[in-house]
Amino acid sequence: MGKWTRRGFISAGVIAGGGLIVGVAIRPGNRASELSKHVTGEGETLLHTWVKLDSDNVVTAIVPHSEMGQGVGTALAQMLADELDADWNLVKFEEAPAISEFANYPMGKGMLLAGVDMPDFVVPTVDGVLIRTAQALDLQITGGSLSVRTTGAYGMRVAGAAVKEMLRIAAAQAWQVPVGQVVARDSQMIHEATGRSEPYSAFAAAAAEMTPPASPTLKTPDEFKIMGRHVQRHDLPSKVDGTATFALDVRVPNMLYATVKRAPTFGGGVDNIDDTLTRGIKGVVDVVRLPPAAFSALVGGFSSAESVAVVAEGYWQAKKGMDALNIQWRATENDAVSSDTIFAQFDRDISAAVDRQPDVSEGDLAASMANAVQVIDADYRVPFLAHTCMEPLNATAVVKDGFCEIWIGCQSPLSFRQAVADSLGFEVENVTLNNCFMGGGFGRKSRADYAIQAAQLAAKVGRPVQLIWSREEDVQQDFYRPAVQSRFRGALDEAGNLTAWENTYAGKMEPVEAPLIPYTVAAKEIGHVASPTHVPLGAWRSVDHSQHGFFTESFIDEVAVAAGQDSYEYRATRLKHLPRQLAVLRKAATEAQWDVPLAPGRGRGIALQECFGSIVAEVVEVTVKDGNLSVDRVVAVIDAGYAISPDGMKAQIESGIIYGLSAALYGEITIKDGAVAESNFHDYSSVRMSKAPVIETHIINSGETMGGAGEPGTPPIAPALANAIFNATGNRIRQLPIKNSTLNV
Amino acid sequence: MTVITVNGTEQELQVDPTTPLLWVLREQLELTGTKFGCGISQCGACTVHVNGVAMRSCITPISAVAGQNISTIEGLAPSADVLHPLQQAWIDEQVPQCGYCQSGQLMSAAALLAKNPSPSDADIDDAMAGNICRCGMYSRIRKAIKSAAGVQQFDPALVDFVQEVTNG
Repeated sequence: MGKWTRRGFISAGVIAGGGLIVGVAIRPGNRASELSKHVTGEGETLLHTWVKLDSDNVVTAIVPHSEMGQGVGTALAQMLADELDADWNLVKFEEAPAISEFANYPMGKGMLLAGVDMPDFVVPTVDGVLIRTAQALDLQITGGSLSVRTTGAYGMRVAGAAVKEMLRIAAAQAWQVPVGQVVARDSQMIHEATGRSEPYSAFAAAAAEMTPPASPTLKTPDEFKIMGRHVQRHDLPSKVDGTATFALDVRVPNMLYATVKRAPTFGGGVDNIDDTLTRGIKGVVDVVRLPPAAFSALVGGFSSAESVAVVAEGYWQAKKGMDALNIQWRATENDAVSSDTIFAQFDRDISAAVDRQPDVSEGDLAASMANAVQVIDADYRVPFLAHTCMEPLNATAVVKDGFCEIWIGCQSPLSFRQAVADSLGFEVENVTLNNCFMGGGFGRKSRADYAIQAAQLAAKVGRPVQLIWSREEDVQQDFYRPAVQSRFRGALDEAGNLTAWENTYAGKMEPVEAPLIPYTVAAKEIGHVASPTHVPLGAWRSVDHSQHGFFTESFIDEVAVAAGQDSYEYRATRLKHLPRQLAVLRKAATEAQWDVPLAPGRGRGIALQECFGSIVAEVVEVTVKDGNLSVDRVVAVIDAGYAISPDGMKAQIESGIIYGLSAALYGEITIKDGAVAESNFHDYSSVRMSKAPVIETHIINSGETMGGAGEPGTPPIAPALANAIFNATGNRIRQLPIKNSTLNV
Repeated sequence: MTVITVNGTEQELQVDPTTPLLWVLREQLELTGTKFGCGISQCGACTVHVNGVAMRSCITPISAVAGQNISTIEGLAPSADVLHPLQQAWIDEQVPQCGYCQSGQLMSAAALLAKNPSPSDADIDDAMAGNICRCGMYSRIRKAIKSAAGVQQFDPALVDFVQEVTNG
């Protein structure tokens, strides 16, 4: 194994005053690296974790994960600090490369592409988890609820433990005592026999000369001091006084502002533009046609149609200029497509079942169906959904002398950087990307379309440009959560046992396991048909789990009702082979007092979904009065293996629930004349304060492999709510959003 | 020329009088704590105080606030070292996630507490109805407002019990 050299980096002056910097990296040529063309270049090694120890004894974790609200920095810093036995008050977290040392172009480049070799301990056997790790880390992607369970588990903890061992050895050498007698505690090295005690930083220089240990010893949970404890998030003080810098807050000297409008019908383009009025508006600088864009990547690839931008001295002038443009859009073959035609197509394709692809095929379905005492069937539908992050898409770009620098909030900085480079015809080394706080991400900010637009505008006008999408553009030019139709048949025997489960749906993204059910059933056939539309699709918080969770957890409720049994007991009876799932479901029922009857007009519903390595059950209580629905209370239970940051995990579950509740109650992107009919929060609504239920979240630390927290709270809310409405009213919700249903008791 | 007072400082501005206050704050005055979210007064991310009243700056033309007193999130804390009680409560309750809407949430809440020091749940619902949080931190916002106001926390179990009793 190659020797790990980081000296070139340090001698380049990265750390002023001489400190220790330790990196954890994945080597190119590693199978994991083949996942991306961006990381396989000769001599390139991507670092996914840096630990910096300064002369003032402050430890800084530098990790290329993006903060979009999930508090990733704090949880990762907890993992580092605990393994390092650092004083929590002396630990900082910074997102790379938006820190001063890395802010300039050569350093940013060095950070991402430093030709360093890596220590032995980061080259373990490539297994599935490591591939996922590499996917997330080498690409700097933030998504898949992965940060804590991959960067944290395989990067931060390892780095913290390695640094501690190096410092202990350095202290032992300095004091001429056996290493075994040196204790690390609260950022101090201590030799109890002689009463010596010095800060970690005293040994940084000596440690910097060492080769890091091949496999540092990690703590067991009973040794954790900071992991599993409630700590305050590092980023919140700046988020209550207006000083947090989101991409929209970036200011570059001599900067112009722009806004953009893409062909409303996906795949369309411009026939003709009359910009006379626009160019007459004071402050308007240019009207620019931006060509169709495409970017192919393992994660975040896309193609998008031609658009028109107005560049001006301020956003208001750009917006006025946009409103004044007279654009004739080209006719397209999709101009007659509507949500109705799309669902009719799904219906046809599911019925025809041509080239039906099985997800799971177990048991003898035909026999089970033939022997059934009762067969029930149902079709479910969910619409397209937009993400509507609070911060509209924006990016600020400078293009000069063959270099581009861009400021943006995104979930995948390296692929964005590549996409920008490709669009300008630049080498990727000549693009510097500064990732800012994101005002929400939810999957939308993994597509680089808005970055490319900003870079192209800056190149065209020759001045820095901040491109700001209107909310209307954000709603109408998203990469949408797919609309899906899903058809079920369930067979029951005389005792009400589920003997067959048949499910065919149109449209599949990922992950593959989303439509699978955990319940015992003699025969199951789950599969999908392709039924493509012209609507661009993308990952939306929990990806396919949000729609399939609604389908399967509603239909199992229908089965329980058909069997004449309690819907919680019916599930529990069929989970005996899955003790974790059963424990989560049971705790949710217990905490929600499932057995306590509710008054007329009130109802309770339950749902369970495993996704991204975590198991979540939710119980919803509703009141339906005079056709009006009130969501009163949600009890949620999560088993994510271990909660590093319990309050952070609870916040993520609360967030996932409200996000899913907005979609279940109101979320609907309607296609009309080939384009999106909705445009802003007035017709694409969100849950507001008065409609937000009380949420009680309970955590089970099962000690199993860690799962994610950002997404798993979302899938169970829609089915638990729909089941509660059924329980209260007898109305079975088979289509979302619920705003389109009339609820009668 | 339009003159406005922002966080106690008088500002003379040469801008198109139709320009919304939001863009003047963000672009001319570089007070970027006030956010753009929708542009049509639906989400509340742009909330500021005009003479102490919560207003949506994205639809308020600069000409409509000439001569008025504007406060933004940058002026909410009484001094550089002391946070507004709401800001402290926001940290204590760990309210923000992405944080983008929180300037607007805080300004709406501050306007509420200024005129109603002990708001009920319904008062909070009303005052905060114009502010969307896509991260969904509503229960934490409610808790933080109550803790800043010194109002007794509401107990979900108690509410449930009362509802049970009321409904027989």
